[in-house]
Amino acid sequence: MIYVIGIGLKVGHLFLMLCCWIVSVISMNWLGNGGVMDIKIDFLGDGGKLWVKLWEKISGNSFKVHHHYYQYIGSKRVRKTWWWKLLVIWVGFFIIVSLWVYWYMSSQAVEKRKETLASMCDERARMLQDQFNVSLNHVQAMSILISTFHHGMNPSAIDQRTFARYTDRTAFERPLTSGVAYAVRVLHSEREQFEKQQGWTIRQMDTLEETPVQEEYAPVIFAQDTIAHVVSLDMLSGKEDRENVLRARASGKGVLTAPFRLIKSNRLGVILTFAVYKTDLPSNTTPNERIQETDGYLGGVFDIESLVEKLLQQLASKQTILVNVYDITNLSNPISMYGSNITDEGLQHVSGLNFGDPFRKHEMHCRFKQKPPWPWLAIMTSIGILVIAMLVGHIFHATVNRIAKVEDDYHEMEELKKRAEAADVAKSQFLATVSHEIRTPMNGVLGMLDMLMDTDLDVTQQDHVRNAQGCGKALVSIINEVLDQAKIESGKIELEAIRFDLRAILDDVLSLIAGKSQEKGVELAVYISDKIPEMLIGDPGRFRQIITNLMGNSIKFTERGHIFVTVHLVEEVMHSIEVETESSSKNTLSGLPVADRRQSWVGFKTFGQEGSTTFSSSSDLVNLIVSVEDTGSGIPLEAHPRVFTPFMQVGPSISRLHGGTGIGLSISKYLVGLMDGEIGFVSLPKIGSTFTFTAVFTNDCSNLNEQKEQHISNNCSAVSSDFRGMKALVVDPRSVRAKASRYHIQRLGIHVDVVCDLNHGFSIIGSGSKAIDIVLIEQEVWDKDLALSTLFASNLKKIDRGFPTKLFLLTNSIGSTRSVIPTSGNYTPSVIMKPLRASMLAASLQRSMNVGNKGNYRNGELPSLSLRNLLLGRRILVVDDNNVNLLVAAGALKKYGADVVCVDNGKKAISLLEPPHQFDACFMDIQMPEMDGFEATRRIRDKEYNISTRIQHGELSAETYGNVSSWHVPIMAMTADVIQATNEECLKCGMDGYVSKPFEAGQLYREVSRFFL
Amino acid sequence: MEVGQLQRKFVDYTASLFCEGFLDEQFTQLQQLQDESNPDFVVEVVSLFFEDTEKLLNDLTRALDQQSVDFKKVDAHVHQLKGSSSSIGAQRVRNACIAFRNFCEEQNTDACSKCLLQVKQEYSLVKNKLDTLFRLEQQIVEAGGAVPMVG
Repeated sequence: MIYVIGIGLKVGHLFLMLCCWIVSVISMNWLGNGGVMDIKIDFLGDGGKLWVKLWEKISGNSFKVHHHYYQYIGSKRVRKTWWWKLLVIWVGFFIIVSLWVYWYMSSQAVEKRKETLASMCDERARMLQDQFNVSLNHVQAMSILISTFHHGMNPSAIDQRTFARYTDRTAFERPLTSGVAYAVRVLHSEREQFEKQQGWTIRQMDTLEETPVQEEYAPVIFAQDTIAHVVSLDMLSGKEDRENVLRARASGKGVLTAPFRLIKSNRLGVILTFAVYKTDLPSNTTPNERIQETDGYLGGVFDIESLVEKLLQQLASKQTILVNVYDITNLSNPISMYGSNITDEGLQHVSGLNFGDPFRKHEMHCRFKQKPPWPWLAIMTSIGILVIAMLVGHIFHATVNRIAKVEDDYHEMEELKKRAEAADVAKSQFLATVSHEIRTPMNGVLGMLDMLMDTDLDVTQQDHVRNAQGCGKALVSIINEVLDQAKIESGKIELEAIRFDLRAILDDVLSLIAGKSQEKGVELAVYISDKIPEMLIGDPGRFRQIITNLMGNSIKFTERGHIFVTVHLVEEVMHSIEVETESSSKNTLSGLPVADRRQSWVGFKTFGQEGSTTFSSSSDLVNLIVSVEDTGSGIPLEAHPRVFTPFMQVGPSISRLHGGTGIGLSISKYLVGLMDGEIGFVSLPKIGSTFTFTAVFTNDCSNLNEQKEQHISNNCSAVSSDFRGMKALVVDPRSVRAKASRYHIQRLGIHVDVVCDLNHGFSIIGSGSKAIDIVLIEQEVWDKDLALSTLFASNLKKIDRGFPTKLFLLTNSIGSTRSVIPTSGNYTPSVIMKPLRASMLAASLQRSMNVGNKGNYRNGELPSLSLRNLLLGRRILVVDDNNVNLLVAAGALKKYGADVVCVDNGKKAISLLEPPHQFDACFMDIQMPEMDGFEATRRIRDKEYNISTRIQHGELSAETYGNVSSWHVPIMAMTADVIQATNEECLKCGMDGYVSKPFEAGQLYREVSRFFL
Repeated sequence: MEVGQLQRKFVDYTASLFCEGFLDEQFTQLQQLQDESNPDFVVEVVSLFFEDTEKLLNDLTRALDQQSVDFKKVDAHVHQLKGSSSSIGAQRVRNACIAFRNFCEEQNTDACSKCLLQVKQEYSLVKNKLDTLFRLEQQIVEAGGAVPMVG
């Protein structure tokens, strides 16, 4: 059985290998069907060749694999039917193979069985023959004995008694004979004398009567006791015996009768007869002479049945085979000598038997007793092969199906992907289109409102217009958000790298939100670390957008408490424990607990890395970390994972309650990513949220001093110098809040001390060690003990050192301030509304101290008159291929007083703008036939660069070029398409900005003011 | 006719033009660009528009009649037309142009021909309307009145 399994495994392995090879080869060169045929033929033929050929095929075809593979992917249908045919051929082929194996193995088994049978049969036949021959020889010896002692001696030495005794005693030598008898030849002439001499008459064999007269007789004279009854019987009277006797004396050899039933035992037997001659005859004696010389006949009765039985018993495997012995002298009618008559048509073997009588022929037929066993080995092997083949076929089938299915799926997916992408593109396009379509009329509306503001309006009307303008701007900002989202999705957002003042931006954002925070009574504060440089390089617009988003969210969800924005360097936060201890205590801006902001940056990679190795302090990179902390409603835990997903709000009710599109945070996250930063948050329901992000900017240290000057002059220009050197005292028990206040006051150049209560404060003032010009008191402190406050105020008044110490209250909301004023009695402190901003603080201080009250230009107002001022008398070139557009654009610019020149293609523009020229600016359409705006600009810039360098190298004299050494005419793109004309693209080809068509006053002003101010 | 009546008629007519979508606010802006220094600005622009458009429409008709239509050229023409029509605020012409350009991208000659017809129709409509409007304006001026601002 183990052998079977072993063979099965080996065969299986072989076939598997073969299958793999065939499959791989076939799949490789499926187009050349000849290959398959080759393999089939080879496979059936010479195995050795097969491998060689296979190898050649594989190596020969491997380079074609890809080519073929792609081709057959293309024709899916053909491939399918082809696979199917191959599978059927495969299965059919292996059914034939397994049948053949079965047939071969079972025939082997049969052959082996036949051989076994033959050898067993032959063995038995030989033994039988040998034993018979031994008996035969013995009988022959006895015939010589009789010839010698009966006929050779006179009187005879043998009588019946002697013979009987002798034969009895020598019976062991003839185990097969049941008895021997001797008959003499008696001629008729001698009968009487013979009968007289013997004392009995010769009797006939069958009738036992006296024999009638014959020519001669062969009466038995001696017989072994076992067959004593045959004495006096005439052997020539029995038909068989007579024939036997006659043949025996003629041949001189032992002859056999046909088998017959023995008289006594009723068993099958044969009689062996030897003739006894008078003399020893030579072998060439003729039969006639032999007959003449015959004296008598010795006969032995052989019990064939018992003979064979005895013989078989001696052999071991008696049980396994059946033996039949036949006398086939008469071929047409063989006489069975031994064995049952079986008609079974099974396997049989015939062995010839030679009992020494040439006349008689005998055969031994052998059969197995049992039917042949089932050829299990063959069955198992062939079934095994079949099963393996089927399995391989199945694997093959399954693989093909799988491949087909995967391919189908793939195509389906591909289709779906295409559709999804198309849908996405369509969505972005739709968003862009729709927002553009909304923006255009909105710009109209806003422009009209701008104009309306310029007209003579009463207060109510102005208020209404301002409201309308605010709403419109909000709408535009929402649209811009959506547009941003669309841009993010199409990956079109790129960051600018502009120098900007971080503090100014935060002041801006603060002033945006201040209104709301004052309404709600929420305290709002910003703190920026001193270590952050004045000017940074980055994208201020996007940074501002992030801050606005975060603060906008905070103010939306915060009803009480505070919103606190802190900006630090990452290094600072990482190294200073101070920051952490501060925020960990209850020492917060409004005293309400907040979410621990350290939790919000736990996941940041920048912090995960050990030490400050990521920041090389020498480099120009500035790593900012900005936290926006609020005490709002917090974000429910289940909404945490969705916070940065676009269009996700905490719940539908929230969006109804607070409005908004829900994409602000997702945009912020993307923008932070663009700034190489990370954003994270921590939020505790009912306590508040803290959002923290990092961003990397470049330090603008190259011309820091110059920038500083500019910054100061820009920001709070005239006033800041007025406060320089003053000393202020802040009375605030909360160090965090005090720190924020100090930060803003210090920006004005004022030295600040902080005390935690009024008494302490007074003692400082009273000591006179420092001259305090300004005292700022938190309203909370003031309200706590009004009596003390009043006392403090009056005391403050008493200490007069030539200049008044001004008292200010820092307060959050409009409502609460009113209650203060009457109670403070004779001394009314000025009130400063938080949030503090440098400019606002300066203005407040200025107002109450009457320092340098100059008409300050107020930011945020955008008079279209100033646009006129800007453009008046400027020479402007407008380039557009569309005459109508050209006329309209020119009309718009002329309205503001500009001197406009129009050309209708890029080439003319290039020639006009070749230095020297008188143009102050150029507005260029982007999409023009022949040469588009980008290309024209590029060429203009090339020319300008060329000339400028040559002037600088002294190759051209500056006088010829109007004493301008560096030519760069501002070129602005005009476009109706927002998506197409991104700022980046315009900048890339040397443009300085872009304005949308048709012109919008605000945008036009913004762009133009960059060059004409 | 009385000046007041003429003025009222003018206002109504202009309003109807906006209502029916022949014109949009761009036209209003155009009107605002007209002042003492540039008294015939609107008429100037609009007649330039007519002139341009007629030329463009002729070109388009010729281009689409060709055996093998040069869609690039057609698209460029339609783009021009779209730009100028949106500049003067001829909203319906512009919308027809947008549809036209879509079919241009698909290179669908039949649809393009249909679009051309539609553009022509819209153009002749707006031309008639504007002509009427200018006639009214002229009448007001001749009658010694001021053209009222609408929009």
